[in-house]
Amino acid sequence: MKKIKEEYLVRIDEIVKMHQDKPGPVKLMLHEVQKELGYIPFEAIEAISEATNRSAADIYGVVTFYSQFTTEPKGKHVIGVCLGTACYVNGSQTILELLSEMTGCPVNGTSSDGLFSIDATRCVGACGLAPVVSVDDTVFGCQKQLEELKMLVLNYIKEERVNG
Amino acid sequence: MERIQVVVCAGTGCTIGNSGELIEKFKEEIKHAGLENEISVKKTGCLGLCGVGPNVAVYPDNIIYKTVSVDDIKEIVTEHFLKGRPVQRKMLNDVKDGKVLDINHSSFYAKQKRIALNNCGVIDPENIEEYIAKDGYQALAKVLTSMSKQEVIDEVLASGLRGRGGGGFPAGKKWQFAHDQQEKQKYVICNADEGDPGAFMDRSILEGNPHSVIEAMAIAAYAIGANYGYIYIRAEYPIAVQRLEVAIDQAREHGLLGDDIFGSGFDFDLEIRLGAGAFVCGEETALIRSIEGHRGMPQPKPPFPAVSGVWGKPTIINNVETYANIAQIILKGSAWFASIGTPASTGTKVFALGGKIKNTGLVEVPMGTTLREVIYDIGGGCPNGKEFKAVQTGGPSGGCLTKEHLDTPIGFDELLSLGSMMGSGGMIVLDEDNCMVDVARFYLDFIVDESCGKCTPCRIGTKRLYELLESITKGEGTQETIDELLNLSQVIKDTSLCGLGQTAPNPVLSTLRLFADEYQAHIEDKKCPAGVCKELLSYIIDPELCRKCGLCAKQCPVGAISGELGKTAFVIDQEKCIKCGQCVKACHFKAIERR
Repeated sequence: MKKIKEEYLVRIDEIVKMHQDKPGPVKLMLHEVQKELGYIPFEAIEAISEATNRSAADIYGVVTFYSQFTTEPKGKHVIGVCLGTACYVNGSQTILELLSEMTGCPVNGTSSDGLFSIDATRCVGACGLAPVVSVDDTVFGCQKQLEELKMLVLNYIKEERVNG
Repeated sequence: MERIQVVVCAGTGCTIGNSGELIEKFKEEIKHAGLENEISVKKTGCLGLCGVGPNVAVYPDNIIYKTVSVDDIKEIVTEHFLKGRPVQRKMLNDVKDGKVLDINHSSFYAKQKRIALNNCGVIDPENIEEYIAKDGYQALAKVLTSMSKQEVIDEVLASGLRGRGGGGFPAGKKWQFAHDQQEKQKYVICNADEGDPGAFMDRSILEGNPHSVIEAMAIAAYAIGANYGYIYIRAEYPIAVQRLEVAIDQAREHGLLGDDIFGSGFDFDLEIRLGAGAFVCGEETALIRSIEGHRGMPQPKPPFPAVSGVWGKPTIINNVETYANIAQIILKGSAWFASIGTPASTGTKVFALGGKIKNTGLVEVPMGTTLREVIYDIGGGCPNGKEFKAVQTGGPSGGCLTKEHLDTPIGFDELLSLGSMMGSGGMIVLDEDNCMVDVARFYLDFIVDESCGKCTPCRIGTKRLYELLESITKGEGTQETIDELLNLSQVIKDTSLCGLGQTAPNPVLSTLRLFADEYQAHIEDKKCPAGVCKELLSYIIDPELCRKCGLCAKQCPVGAISGELGKTAFVIDQEKCIKCGQCVKACHFKAIERR
């Protein structure tokens, strides 16, 4: 198994200590690790397991139960396509397939060059703008902003080729 | 005192539309015009009409501007604020006989009544003083200083308030059960895990009026004898989480949370717990497991949470919208609340209008309003002249209602009797371009993904249902498939552990009953009448109509279209085609046909 960075281990330790004495700390710790490191490495599961006196298998079960916890690092740019009902009936599935073609990234996976991750997300509650797609922190209401979204993605691909 | 108040919507929808920038620009232009002492600018919660955001309301003129961009602001400031001539082209208000109608009399708002949403779009959600100025925390003060626990419960019982999260269980009864438990430690929980795709009223309430929920939780805690609470909210709602954090901090600073509130000896505090993307956690026993740090799997009931909830202690769980009604019931009285709506479903309900509807957004109407009023009078009907086909209510647990049901008054029991349900209030309007088999398949896909896997009927049964539906959308279905769907649905309904499984077949049963002809078309004729099911349709370029311009080939994301510019008609390679329909949109000559 690939070793994770020393600073990550330190951070995991801090997070575990911070929440250790609260009631029901496991999810608090997992949220924090996911936010800070972008994923939940096995080392974090081990540390949480030790601190809470629950088996690593049990903690792993919690991680895999919730869709927002991931055990793999995400791509450089994370694209989220909402597949909530309002977005779906307004054609978000087609946009999802389009983006997957454009980026060469599988749905709910990461592209082989590590540039993109595409998630089919559940409702983000912005149904008034359906279909909704987010790229990192920018959200697009694709009724009006589909072209802008495509440009942004193409730009990222172009940038990567120039730099890489 | 300022002459004019400009409030800019800072809900999720309008924030995406960059409403934050608008506030700065307004301030700048107002200062430029020398009006900074007369006009205040602030952010507020959801005004309701998310589809045409960002929205800006101007009080006391009661005018709402829609789709405001930075470039419009100079005009609004000089024309409206300086010269007193509202900018008609950006207004949401209706204009009748040359006169601008008050926004409350304009079509989108005229039939609405805002109780749960009452301060959304009026106050700054990050300023507790504004909430207090609107009678905020008065209900808590009244309860703590002049009412017994039983009196509070009786008041809520008498109001007839039923849970707004889906089930419609009387809120007062829940409180009574928890109150009657002889345990020292009890808890209150707010269920803000709004997982129903297409519903976003809870998000808007928390973004626009977070204190109303905090106040109500304190009242509930007093009534049942609890002193600690949890707000379980989806992590997908970052703005709502942030506003809640601010609100909780402010309430603590003002002594409205903490020890000895209002000198009454009553202690109460609460904390936020985040969901992590699991629909089933909206089920109360699963939610409790999740707070405790486990997989969010439902537990058999009884024991009910009111007897044994979080950490094994008596717990009440109410939905955000339910809480949002409480303070006003206490202040204005149960009789007032019960006078609104219908006898069995009192008060109002917030609906999230979405899908194929002109005015997408949030609307709050008295119970008993008809579907027609909501969809046509308020929602404006289907856009682009398309024909209304159905409205889906209740999300993945609900069902569809068709044209024939449009005059049904909306209430918990009325919708149930029609084979749908209120649910949390999502209303997805479907038009002639939506395939009902595909819609049923969509919901089952959701359920399969979200089933926690604990009980067999839900884990395996819904997967089989999904596969059966998929075979129909691929043109592989037979009459036996329909029989199997019906049979399996009944088994899943009867034998699943929790509400998620028990209601999972509803979208299938509802569409089978109401749209049997569409299922038949898929099975018998191998056609999808709405042109949605990709396996049953193909895109073909008519060589007679093709002008050989190549625009379609340019748009095709997979390079499936080939031809020679200006020489030969273009052709679509059916093997490569992903049926995205981009070429149809690109063709100026209507030469591409969908079959």
